[in-house]
Amino acid sequence: MKKFLIALLFAPVMAFASTGGAPIDKWPGSVSDKAALQNGAKLFVNYCLNCHGASYMRYQNLVALGLSEQQVKDNLMFTSDKIGELMRIAARADEQKQWFGATPPDLTIITRARGEAGNAGAGADWVYTYLRSFYRDENRPTGWNNTVFENVGMPHVLYGLQGQQVLNHETHKLEVAVPGQMAPAEFDKAVSDLVGFMVWMGEPQQEFRRKLGFFVLAFLGLLFVVAYALKKEYWKDIH
Amino acid sequence: MSKQGKMDCGRRRLIVATAAVGGVGAVAALVPFVSSLLPSERAKAAGAPVEVDISKLEPGQMMTVEWRGKPVWIINRTKEMLETLTKLSDAVADPKSEKDQQPAYAKNDTRSIKPELMVVVGICTHLGCSPSSKFKSGADEGMPGDWLGGFLCPCHGSTFDFAGRVYKSKPAPTNLEVPPHVYLSDTRIIIGEDKKGA
Amino acid sequence: MAAGNFEKYKSDGSLGGNALEWLDARFPATSLWKGHLSEYYCPKNFNFWYFFGSLALLVLVIQIVTGIFLVMHYKPDAALNANGVPIAFASVEYIMRDVPGGWLIRYMHSTGASAFFIVVYLHMFRGLIYGSYRKPRELTWLFGVGIFLVLMGEAFFGYLLPWGQMSYWGAQVIVNLFSAIPVIGSDLSLIIRGDFVVGDATLNRFFSFHVIAFPLVLVGLVAAHVLALHETGSNNPDGVEIKANKDENGIPRDGIPFHPYYTVKDIVGVVVFLMVFSAVMFFAPEGGGYFLETPNFYPADPLKTPPHIAPVWYFTPYYSILRAMVWNFFGLDAKFWGVVGMGASVVIFALLPWLDRSPVKSIRYRGPITKVMIGLFVICFFILGYLGTLSPSPMGEVISQICTVFYFGFFLGMPWWSRMDKFKPVPERVTMK
Repeated sequence: MKKFLIALLFAPVMAFASTGGAPIDKWPGSVSDKAALQNGAKLFVNYCLNCHGASYMRYQNLVALGLSEQQVKDNLMFTSDKIGELMRIAARADEQKQWFGATPPDLTIITRARGEAGNAGAGADWVYTYLRSFYRDENRPTGWNNTVFENVGMPHVLYGLQGQQVLNHETHKLEVAVPGQMAPAEFDKAVSDLVGFMVWMGEPQQEFRRKLGFFVLAFLGLLFVVAYALKKEYWKDIH
Repeated sequence: MSKQGKMDCGRRRLIVATAAVGGVGAVAALVPFVSSLLPSERAKAAGAPVEVDISKLEPGQMMTVEWRGKPVWIINRTKEMLETLTKLSDAVADPKSEKDQQPAYAKNDTRSIKPELMVVVGICTHLGCSPSSKFKSGADEGMPGDWLGGFLCPCHGSTFDFAGRVYKSKPAPTNLEVPPHVYLSDTRIIIGEDKKGA
Repeated sequence: MAAGNFEKYKSDGSLGGNALEWLDARFPATSLWKGHLSEYYCPKNFNFWYFFGSLALLVLVIQIVTGIFLVMHYKPDAALNANGVPIAFASVEYIMRDVPGGWLIRYMHSTGASAFFIVVYLHMFRGLIYGSYRKPRELTWLFGVGIFLVLMGEAFFGYLLPWGQMSYWGAQVIVNLFSAIPVIGSDLSLIIRGDFVVGDATLNRFFSFHVIAFPLVLVGLVAAHVLALHETGSNNPDGVEIKANKDENGIPRDGIPFHPYYTVKDIVGVVVFLMVFSAVMFFAPEGGGYFLETPNFYPADPLKTPPHIAPVWYFTPYYSILRAMVWNFFGLDAKFWGVVGMGASVVIFALLPWLDRSPVKSIRYRGPITKVMIGLFVICFFILGYLGTLSPSPMGEVISQICTVFYFGFFLGMPWWSRMDKFKPVPERVTMK
């Protein structure tokens, strides 16, 4: 009975582990790779921060990626000169709505928002796949479409790096038609870095959180030992 | 079942051990709560150094800029204003700025880096009101006849001279605070920073 | 036990002793201490299931303390800031990023909300299997059901505050449920919202309810729950009344003072609980997307409903019952019966003391019918909870209808099935298993 109840408790979690729909590639990166995060930050401010804000995030916090304030100021700050400023964009939301048909979402916590019940990491996977899945489609106003986000309003901002893909309608696979500056593997790595930065930005203290967690659990383990000994000591009288 | 009697040694030791470890945990648990009361990143960003252009500040004029939510006065003092300072050295409580209310580079007769340019936090050291400027000498602005010009705190009547020095026997305990500041050029000051960059 | 008269404290002449005597002459310090702790006699055979009462109290304290600190930084404002984000939503991210230690306090509070329901559900399950609701503890049980109802309200109001997509649309759906009530329904939902849609007015009043009104009621009910319990004394896994067998001093032979025995035992429970709590909070603060739902990382957008909205996990069993009601009865439409079903599924717990007609309390001395019924009830509860997290489907609808029928059948059939069972003889004294 007890085992059955426990199994029942976890059944929903198991059932959620599998998801259907377009195939989503696993994001191969990690938030502990500082060099990758720095590269991701650079890509982010160059390619994303023109239209998307990261308006809960302060430039100051980028120092945690292993950069000095001066490096942040010189390499990553184009829209603001104050290091304590939020990473917002100059464009106004209502104007953007007129240009793109929809306001580009704020990206600070986008990988968290794109997660799924039962799989919090799914957001990173989705963004990683999405950014690599643009293809030429002349029927769209921007000239671009996307296999994981159909009729997307966003143009392919990384096409200079990736080149142009087309969708093979027979195999339903994407094929590179015009090569870009980067070889496919190189481009995948760049996108992975970019996604890594977004995952990190979603919760900049996440590494510290996990580290602190180990200390707290170790401490509680110690407290358990003494508290349990105390309980045993008192309860030896009770029969 | 145990009756309330003498507590044995092992039991006492365990109580002490549990209480000690638990106490350490309780104190550690206070850390996030207490630290959440400190200024946030937003407050720190708002308290960042402020750059001011003083090229349009005429002699005898004063401008106010905001730094950390407080008014900072920049006064371009005339020769006459500066002369009042020496006359007042007996009337003010701390004429030589002995009390630590200014950076070392402003601990001088004029309480400033350049003699004529005064940079001072416009907050009375008594209870935090912002004094008003009474620049005209004499009784013109409702001050006593022997007034040489300076500032009057409207809350409790503390008076300050053109260097922000408090008069004797006033509620304010110390001179007005001189914030850290540095000249970027002849016409630009950064308030809130001692040295450029670093 | 709790009602006993205790002698006032007599000073031993020391300074501390004098102070205590002074205090005790003016305040029932001794009688509170002895009546509720050092001379409150509990059955000595409490098992694992008896940890959850004190743990619920611990979680309540965690929620209140973290809540006090969150309110210092949170802003209940639906207006957009300069970046086009609702101020309330931005203030949560402000707490997560800009306030030193804020993320930890926020995760404690969000994890605490789910932990509260886990602990309370386990506490209620304990009551169910050992018949703790039965005479003479009916009032303790009723206060407990009251706590559960208020807790649900508290959680519902609190869930709107982050002003994310799930907050917004969840509140929209639940408030609209009230409009199903005939005659007064639409006015009622208007009064709850204070606007024609969920808006700034709704956010502000939910904030007020969440931080002031409901916590006050909750604390009051918890006090009443504990006082009522201490008046009758605790039940135990054997369902034996320990007061029936007292020694020459009037102390139950199977009773041990709560303090120190159960304080030291509960400390162990607290530490284990905190380990599980910390493991979630530090390593999976989203609780796999069940404690913090991913759509809630998007700010509320009144123009766009997320593709799949579901209540937080602790409401999903009742939400499934709501969705299971698809028939019109007596000229009232299915929506109304859904609301009735959902309300009844919660309130029906209050009737347990009078529905259970078994001659013995504890499941230990009850036969297979009870065990099967309770087992099936738990399974139904889990299935309903699971289905409530999914999008509606024809298959899910049928399953949820079957489970709903059993859910109510469990309660309404109890006067019969609880008597039909086989029973084992109940021992005179408690057993130590």
